[in-house]
Amino acid sequence: MSSRADDASPGVAGLGAAAPAAGDLGTPAAPVPGVSGVPTFAATGLDLPAPDVLAPDALASDVRTPDALAPDAPAPDGHGPDGDRPDAGTPDAHTSASAPSIDHPAAPDALGTFGASVHDEFAHEWAKIVEGASYVPLPADEMRDYLRELTYRLSDSLDADPFRPHEARDVGEALVAAHFTGTGTLERTFGLIGEWWPRLRAHAFSQQRDPDDYLLRVIQIQGALAAGYAEALRTRTLAEQQAIHAAVLDARALTEQALHTSEARFRAVFEQSGLGIAIGDLDGVILDVNPALAQMFGVHQTELPGRRVREFMLADDPGHVWEWYEELARGEREHFSAEKRYVRADGEPLWTHLTVSLVRDSAGGPRYQVAMIEDVTDRHRLYTRLRHQAQHDPLTGLPNRALFFERLEAVFERAAGSVGRPSGADRVGLCYLDLDGFKVVNDSLGHDVGDQLLIAVARRLDAYVSRAGHLIARMGGDEFVVLVENSAGTGQVVALAEGILGALREPFRIRGHDLTVSASIGIVERPVAGTGPADTMRAADITLYWAKSEGRGRWTVFDTERNDREVARYTLSAEMPAALHHGEFDVDYQPLVSLADGSVLGVEALVRWRHPRQGLIGPDRFIGLAEETGLIVPLGMYVLERACREAQRWSGSAEALGAPAAAPFISVNLAERQCHEPGLVRQVERVLAETGLEPERLQFELTESQIMATDGGPLERLRELAAMGVRIAIDDFGTGYSNLAYLRRLPVCELKIAGSFVEGLRKPGDADPVDARIVASLVELAHALGLTVTAEGIETAAQAERLRAIGCDAGQGWYFSRPGPPDRIATLLDGVPRAG
Amino acid sequence: MERPAWAPEEIDLTKPSVARVYDYYLGGSHNFAVDREFAAKAIGMWPELPVIMQANRAFLRRAVRHLVESGITQFLDIGSGIPTVGSTHEVVRAAGSEAGVVYVDNDPVAVAHGRAILGDDPRTVMLGGDVRDPLGILESAAATGLYDPARPVAVLLVALLHFVPDEENPAELIAFLHKHIAPGSRLVVSHASADGEPERAAEHQDLYRRRDAPMHMRSRDEVAAFFDGFELAEPGLVFLPEWRPEAGAAPEAKPGRFTGYAGVGTRT
Repeated sequence: MSSRADDASPGVAGLGAAAPAAGDLGTPAAPVPGVSGVPTFAATGLDLPAPDVLAPDALASDVRTPDALAPDAPAPDGHGPDGDRPDAGTPDAHTSASAPSIDHPAAPDALGTFGASVHDEFAHEWAKIVEGASYVPLPADEMRDYLRELTYRLSDSLDADPFRPHEARDVGEALVAAHFTGTGTLERTFGLIGEWWPRLRAHAFSQQRDPDDYLLRVIQIQGALAAGYAEALRTRTLAEQQAIHAAVLDARALTEQALHTSEARFRAVFEQSGLGIAIGDLDGVILDVNPALAQMFGVHQTELPGRRVREFMLADDPGHVWEWYEELARGEREHFSAEKRYVRADGEPLWTHLTVSLVRDSAGGPRYQVAMIEDVTDRHRLYTRLRHQAQHDPLTGLPNRALFFERLEAVFERAAGSVGRPSGADRVGLCYLDLDGFKVVNDSLGHDVGDQLLIAVARRLDAYVSRAGHLIARMGGDEFVVLVENSAGTGQVVALAEGILGALREPFRIRGHDLTVSASIGIVERPVAGTGPADTMRAADITLYWAKSEGRGRWTVFDTERNDREVARYTLSAEMPAALHHGEFDVDYQPLVSLADGSVLGVEALVRWRHPRQGLIGPDRFIGLAEETGLIVPLGMYVLERACREAQRWSGSAEALGAPAAAPFISVNLAERQCHEPGLVRQVERVLAETGLEPERLQFELTESQIMATDGGPLERLRELAAMGVRIAIDDFGTGYSNLAYLRRLPVCELKIAGSFVEGLRKPGDADPVDARIVASLVELAHALGLTVTAEGIETAAQAERLRAIGCDAGQGWYFSRPGPPDRIATLLDGVPRAG
Repeated sequence: MERPAWAPEEIDLTKPSVARVYDYYLGGSHNFAVDREFAAKAIGMWPELPVIMQANRAFLRRAVRHLVESGITQFLDIGSGIPTVGSTHEVVRAAGSEAGVVYVDNDPVAVAHGRAILGDDPRTVMLGGDVRDPLGILESAAATGLYDPARPVAVLLVALLHFVPDEENPAELIAFLHKHIAPGSRLVVSHASADGEPERAAEHQDLYRRRDAPMHMRSRDEVAAFFDGFELAEPGLVFLPEWRPEAGAAPEAKPGRFTGYAGVGTRT
């Protein structure tokens, strides 16, 4: 078999490429002993077209040089292919200019008739043993084609004359180029050649070569193959190692660049940030600060590193801030935020919003703390200003009620918070002040003057009170209040109130007016414990009202008992309308008895309140309230109706006894408010009409002061009633001031002498001579005016006797009968009239 | 996707790299002593490993060639490792195709190396990226101009998914890719499995577990589930050497010894 179909050189024969006649290695006609079972030479595939191109692209790997497989290319060792190589004259037959290919045209067809070539067989076995030692990126058939080509080249070298062993170097290179790089490749290849030695030897014989010489050739070929392989593998390994190292360096450079970029970005953020940033270690030593932070603190950037975070602790720091800080330093807290004040280098306050974060290392251990500090001083100032505005009165500049209540509440909260302190240790005082008659100033001189006066008053008050260290606030209008924290006692607060009144005594010069101002002050001074701000404020308010009502220009101290009474009164007064509606008011009756004969002349109706919780309440406790609230009008009408109805019953029974004239009149109290009711007369007429009571049997009792003040409409109504025949009596006569001239012109028919005068006549024997003479004078006066006289409060027979002796017409009191239910009067009327 | 500059990956040459160990198995020298030591240990446990890896590479070759012949014009090779001998673009070019090839790997050394050797092929690029960020991969790939999301692409997840534990939900990653690649796209998967050699596989898995990239063998059914939404091409999901063996290749007597599954599916 010729190495090349186009190679005419007769002396060149490859492995099994001998002339057909030469008794070739695998020629069936000349079987080689000892090679039985081995496919015959004729079985080699020379008849098959050899691959002309060995997948050039598939071999175009990065490490492969185009000439790696080119037999004509200079060998790595520097020895070029021999110029005397028989086929050297036709290099194109072996190479293509650009693609690494092993061009192997078909062998002479003389042997083709014998089937597969020996080369094919060798290549097949070769492929089998080297496969798996490394990855060869070729399909199985391509790999075999590749190896078959190398087989041709090996056999060409072996049989060439002159012998050119170094051409086998190229085959070694070609193996590496195709990535037959596995460690066993050479070993297995030489093993295979060894196995083939008998056939090679037979071939040598057939070539008339000395087998020993041929063995030497085989060994030399192997050596060259190994050398070429080793050289190429070394080159390839170095190239790959260099490539991978270069890749590491590139990757590292990229990483470093990225780190650098990252660092640069961080640095930019750190340096350019408007936020102050400080980095510290876990011991609280500052490591680095950015320019913004240094600027905030008014120091140079180099001054802060090395200082300790703790140096920036201030007394007014919120307590939890440093707790959190400790937790963070211990790694128990990731971050915290707080509002915190610092002090700038120039002593000015620096208000900040502070966020401290813990920075951990890659293993998760705490490493650094980073503080981000935002300067909120302006915001804080604005807030402070707004807060000041919200808490101060725009007119006078004094604290307003909002701030006052905040401070007052704080007093009580502090006390509530101080557990274990002896109760009563904390005291608080309030002076609630109101200018007297300020409205007059406003009304007469105008609001502008009023405002100026308020400003001046506020200034004077502030000067006086603030000096004493107390808070003074304007509550609104002309009301001011002073808060005395930690009061030393009522005396201190009273002294303060006196001082305030004194301070205001000097007239104010406003817009050309000399204005004299007085004020009323309600004082509350009490322990903080057991009470609250609202209750204390209300007490001050009430006390101010007392001071006002007791006459102005004075202070009054809050009186708990008085307050309790007022509260009770208020409660009663509030309950009264419902009580009237529910029929809780009842009427008792007490007879007015003739001192002359003991007959019952009249009966006084006395209203009672059967209170569901307080029991029976006398009129002294609620009539005043009813007059204040106006409830006296319906209540009075209610009593009038009940009394008239009863009186009519009595007159009925008197008639039944045949003595209609003996029926007593009914005496009902008429309150001042009732007199002012325009419908009074009509209502009385209606009641009389409804009950059938004759007007002469109805008497209204009015107090002395009440009747003396009566004028106009009320007087007119009394006259109308008197004209109807209704009796008018003056109750409690002698306790007020009577204009006797006036009294004469009033439509009065009876005087009732107050019980206080009668009291002096109580004991038998030694009557009070003054009282006795007063009573005698009153009786005389009454009689002179044509009035009858009834003495109230008679408790003893002696009193009754004395009064009778004086000439008093009638008596009323427990001596005769206690007030009682209407039935008792009926019984009294049914029985024998008695006196004493 | 480029790793953000804020968090560059450390290059630690004291640890073996999956990509370089793979290169060693293939007979390459793009590796360091630490990689070779690791590989030697693995081979000591399992002498066929290099052959298995080569079989995996051979599957890649056959699959890519098949896809080129099927008309695929863009390849996205995720977890490509070092594009050393027999890599996707080599196979593509050898098949005479100008298809775009985008390599993606999370090993910065593999990426640097890939960039160095691919410099003169304008139709091939190497990107840093991680299969756990499929959106990032698709976006960066599209940005290279070599991947047109509107056209079918072959997504190669060759010998990759066994490095993605169930906790990281590989099926979801594939579902994401499925959703975003054009109909007619292909999914190429090879995956280590303990099915063929259960006992040794467990040992080998342990070895990888001690590394940064632990190995998660999966059963045939588990691997098949990754092809949800893909129609498996003939011969389906099979042992590595069984996938469309080349004409002339000796039939594999015991394909299970190449204990890994391979398959190619078409996005439906």
